[in-house]
Amino acid sequence: MESTNYEKGENVMAEFWMSEILKGCVEKGMSLGEYILASECENTGQTREQALDRMSQMLDVMEQSARGGLENPVFSNSGLTGGCAHQYHGYIQKGQSILGPVLADAVQMALSCSEVNAAMGKIVACPTAGSCGIVPAAVLAVGKYRGNSREEMVQALFTASGVGMVIGEHATLAGADGGCQAECGAAAAMAAAAAVRLLGGDDEQAVHGAAMALKNLLGLVCDPVCGLVEIPCIKRNAVSVSVALTAADMACAGVRSYIPFDEVVTAMYAIGKALPQQLRETGQGGLAATKTGMEMYQRIYGQDYGAM
Amino acid sequence: MKTEYLAGSYSVFDIAGPVMVGPSSSHTAGAARLGKMARVLAHNSVRSVVFQLYGSFAKTYKGHGTDKALLAGILGFDPWDERLRDSFRIAGESGVDYSFQPMEGSAGEGTGWESVHPNTVRFLITTHGGEKFDVVGCSIGGGKVRIVGLNGISVQFTGESPILVTRHLDSPGIIASIASLLYQSRLNIGNMRVSRKRHSDTADMYLEIDGSVPKSIVEQIQELPGMLSVVLLQPEE
Ligand code: SF4
Repeated sequence: MESTNYEKGENVMAEFWMSEILKGCVEKGMSLGEYILASECENTGQTREQALDRMSQMLDVMEQSARGGLENPVFSNSGLTGGCAHQYHGYIQKGQSILGPVLADAVQMALSCSEVNAAMGKIVACPTAGSCGIVPAAVLAVGKYRGNSREEMVQALFTASGVGMVIGEHATLAGADGGCQAECGAAAAMAAAAAVRLLGGDDEQAVHGAAMALKNLLGLVCDPVCGLVEIPCIKRNAVSVSVALTAADMACAGVRSYIPFDEVVTAMYAIGKALPQQLRETGQGGLAATKTGMEMYQRIYGQDYGAM
Repeated sequence: MKTEYLAGSYSVFDIAGPVMVGPSSSHTAGAARLGKMARVLAHNSVRSVVFQLYGSFAKTYKGHGTDKALLAGILGFDPWDERLRDSFRIAGESGVDYSFQPMEGSAGEGTGWESVHPNTVRFLITTHGGEKFDVVGCSIGGGKVRIVGLNGISVQFTGESPILVTRHLDSPGIIASIASLLYQSRLNIGNMRVSRKRHSDTADMYLEIDGSVPKSIVEQIQELPGMLSVVLLQPEE
């Protein structure tokens, strides 16, 4: 995804680091989510109510897509994938999952969002369409478990957005630039921060959660089969939300990331730049270049993979 | 202006958003947006359309549903409209003819468009009145798009500032009249291109305007002698 160049204020982007933002939060006695909301209003001219309302609409769409693939199977536009969320949903309902109710719920919702996306259903790109299941799954699963109010979930989405904005500013949110660590990795960092807040942790813990989530997805390549946002994207959403919730749980216990969040972001960008072109959304390496991946290519496009 | 809060180059809703129909912001959402712009440029009156697809659009359009999205845009649907995936059926029912042509080579070749972008589409539209429009656009990532060609003129419309497109008789004074109408409203022309069609004695003009263009100006331009059509493309939202 590309940046929007709306008019910036006097603050230069170079300052837009999480460590600086957290300092600002302390100065103003605001939470990270409130700070990001205030910054958004200041920069775009939206009122607080408008921005909250808009985020609440995002949450509505997230809820729909997180459920859309559970009761009935949905299949992708290409016909390559589908039905995984439904399958896993049935398994949970039979009481067979070993994950525990929160994580299992998150996994099924992440699968659902991603499958709805592949089926040309409506989703919220968060931060991208390919990684659209991770933040909704974390917020909705934890929110349900904790009985958080809708306002708290909306607030947590602002916290998550702050994390994503810093990653976008100093690294990238595009698989084509940075590999999947920039999409699913960034989404997991955002999801972890939101989950910590919903679990009652503070902003500092939220940022440690974000750092631990991102650290554990560093180096993840972008290698979609046939160049389509399906394989491995759908399951990466499911596993990335597991990473996010594990990181959030540790953070709430007081576990800290030894490497600060901002430095993890810098590392992510450097790793992304070092990834070869084949592993950055071109569909020319990794899983896309496996025997099965190439056969799928032949099936979908009616021509040899080599001709790509 | 001194601001109170730190800000980066992203808005919150670039990160948590936009709402869109999947699966891909550039191959689906951007494609729908381009289709809708092409429809507006063709006066919202599309009887038939040929989609010529270039680069990655030509290769992967079926898998990503780029074809359904382009057609949905032509039908006037937004990128977040769930009818997008049923656009073939809806176009059939409303009698819009369409076809897709995957093209070889790069989009700009031999045409004068300033496009080298891999996700490019050329719309060849015939309106209900039999008028022809030729629109070229690129999906440049994150759902953002750019119109780069219009009836043989190379243009740049990204949705940030409005553009006016006129078709008029190729006679002296008409361009000056348009410019003076804009001047009277203190509107600045950021960019301007004209292309003449000698066989029909008409000319197409494209104007990029700084600031927002009131509807009344469009009506006044429409009234000018020799004016055949005026289209105003506004930034989204
Ligand atoms: S593999 Fe690539 S296309 Fe799929 S979610 Fe990851 S970054 Fe996006």
